[in-house]
Amino acid sequence: MTLPPPPVRVRTPNPLVRALRAPFELRTWKETIHLLLNMPIGIATFTIVVTGFSLGFGLLITLVGIPILIAMLYVSRGMGWFERGRAKLLLDVDVPRPYRPDPTSDRWWGVPVSRMTDPATWIEIVYHLLLLPIGILTFTIAFTLWVLGASLLFLPVYAWALPQPVHAFGSWGEATFDPQLHIGVVGGGDGWVIDTPIEYAALVLIGAAILLATPWIVRGLANANRYLVRGLLGGNVFERVQTLTDSRAAAVDLAAEDRRRIERDLHDGVQQRLVSLAIELGRAKEKLDTDTDPDGAKELVGEAHEEAKRAITEVRDLARGIHPAVLTDRGLDAALSSLATRSPVPADVRVDVAERPPASVEAAAYFVVSEALANIAKHANATRADVTVRRSGDRLTVKVEDDGVGGASLVVGSGLAGLRDRVGALDGELHLLSPKGGPTVLMVEIPCGS
Amino acid sequence: MRIVIAEDGVLLREGLAHLLADEGHEVVASVGDALGLVEVVEREQPDVCIVDVRMPPTFTDEGLRAAIEIRSRWPDTPVLVLSQYVEERYAVELLSSQTSGVGYLLKQRVADVRDFLDALERVAEGGTALDPEVVAQLLARARRHPHDELTPREREVLALMAEGLSNAGIAQRLVVTEGAVEKHVTSIFTKLGLEFAETDHRRVLAVLRYLEDRDP
Repeated sequence: MTLPPPPVRVRTPNPLVRALRAPFELRTWKETIHLLLNMPIGIATFTIVVTGFSLGFGLLITLVGIPILIAMLYVSRGMGWFERGRAKLLLDVDVPRPYRPDPTSDRWWGVPVSRMTDPATWIEIVYHLLLLPIGILTFTIAFTLWVLGASLLFLPVYAWALPQPVHAFGSWGEATFDPQLHIGVVGGGDGWVIDTPIEYAALVLIGAAILLATPWIVRGLANANRYLVRGLLGGNVFERVQTLTDSRAAAVDLAAEDRRRIERDLHDGVQQRLVSLAIELGRAKEKLDTDTDPDGAKELVGEAHEEAKRAITEVRDLARGIHPAVLTDRGLDAALSSLATRSPVPADVRVDVAERPPASVEAAAYFVVSEALANIAKHANATRADVTVRRSGDRLTVKVEDDGVGGASLVVGSGLAGLRDRVGALDGELHLLSPKGGPTVLMVEIPCGS
Repeated sequence: MRIVIAEDGVLLREGLAHLLADEGHEVVASVGDALGLVEVVEREQPDVCIVDVRMPPTFTDEGLRAAIEIRSRWPDTPVLVLSQYVEERYAVELLSSQTSGVGYLLKQRVADVRDFLDALERVAEGGTALDPEVVAQLLARARRHPHDELTPREREVLALMAEGLSNAGIAQRLVVTEGAVEKHVTSIFTKLGLEFAETDHRRVLAVLRYLEDRDP
């Protein structure tokens, strides 16, 4: 077991320092920008969703509505992608895509129907609608507080430039320029004339207080906004936990299965060879001891020699099956090329991976290709296979295609299902397209989490 | 011959040393890591080095890198690389600069003592020794772009040429006369459109280039 890390002492700055620093922190400004942007973006998303869906449903009867509604599913996802990006950039919340994977159906309506029945789609649309009222609220609060605070703080600086020598609020919400300065107490009245330095100072202090308090109000609003993004754009948390638990359980099963296989290979293969090697050497020793049959002894030693070499080869193959050393040393390109040259079905390998992914991802990709090529050799009756591996951003895509008879499936216990578990344990996705008659395409996407 | 061994497994190191001593060779130094190897080669200037690929401290490919360094610093010092596993990629790296005085074999080939000693001598004399498994990988690649004009026998001869064997060596392996081998070799070179090579290691180079070029 690893020891727990030593306790880290976090230095908390003096609360006063924190309070004074807050208005100048990058985080505060990023959050403010987010809260302000909520309104214009909310207007856009609300308008698009309402217009699109009313148009779509309204025209449904003429069938023109169907493509409009399908297009809306894609538009909504696009806006969801934009919003997740905005939240990541400005709120520092990184939420995963909540959608369930698109089905690998070869009928054109497979994907739209699946998206239409995916709860994540509708939850996202609710978010797009809610963004407008929420945006109005956050915009108003954030804008008012910053502007009010700043204008009061700097009042003495610009008061002389105002059209009237003094300036006042007659009552809340109604700014008036009155020759006599009235600070309206709620409910009106004649108010309060500001004309002494002390009164100016009081207003400046109020402005400063508002500016110091605003970052915390902004933070509170931003936190509420974060919950909203996580809850509505990040999908059902419960479901994700369930998937995680499932894939972890599958990974544990997989590890146990691997250990059983290694045990079997050691016992049935290598150990058998060593036993027969020992027997042959024992017999040779016997013959040499009694010195009756030197030629027979020679022959037995020769057989033992062959047996020993076969045992070495088996250990080597076994070790490669557990983890190929060339993968660690040289990466996917070298390891997959080597795998392809061993494949009975001619395989072309193209690897376009500039930056090496984590070892666990490389290993998963390697075993995907290894299992896929083995399957192709066994079942596909194919004449060739194409392996493409590409890394774009933080996703590694592996594609294995063949020109065989198809009909591969992900039934429980098959090698492909094992692959899905292996890939799932890394939060990746495996898609299989294998209609009867072929061809078969296996697609795997694994996040590299750089 | 004066030989330097770099191998971190004590059993194999001692086993190799005994085997070589039995043949009348002198093991002038044996080291357990790649850094020590380069120093020892500089000091001893051996006739040939035997180097394990995987050694401390990282247990990845330091032996291979040391071999490449030795080949570039002392081009006259032959190196025979041994490994638990062979990969075409390592062979290409090792042979990229030159094929004379280079060997790359699976460790288990040591068990076939006669063949191993032949390969060692070949490398020490400036020849090449490439493991049959590497050759098989290279041929498998070339298979993608079939050179079916070769007869099965010629393919066998091609593989043995790639391993670095001389005509005499090939004749012995295939149990045919040297004259027959020469005929096959001539035919292969003509069919593949290769330039005839004077020495064995140049011939290896020609064959490897041919197989490599077939790589897309």
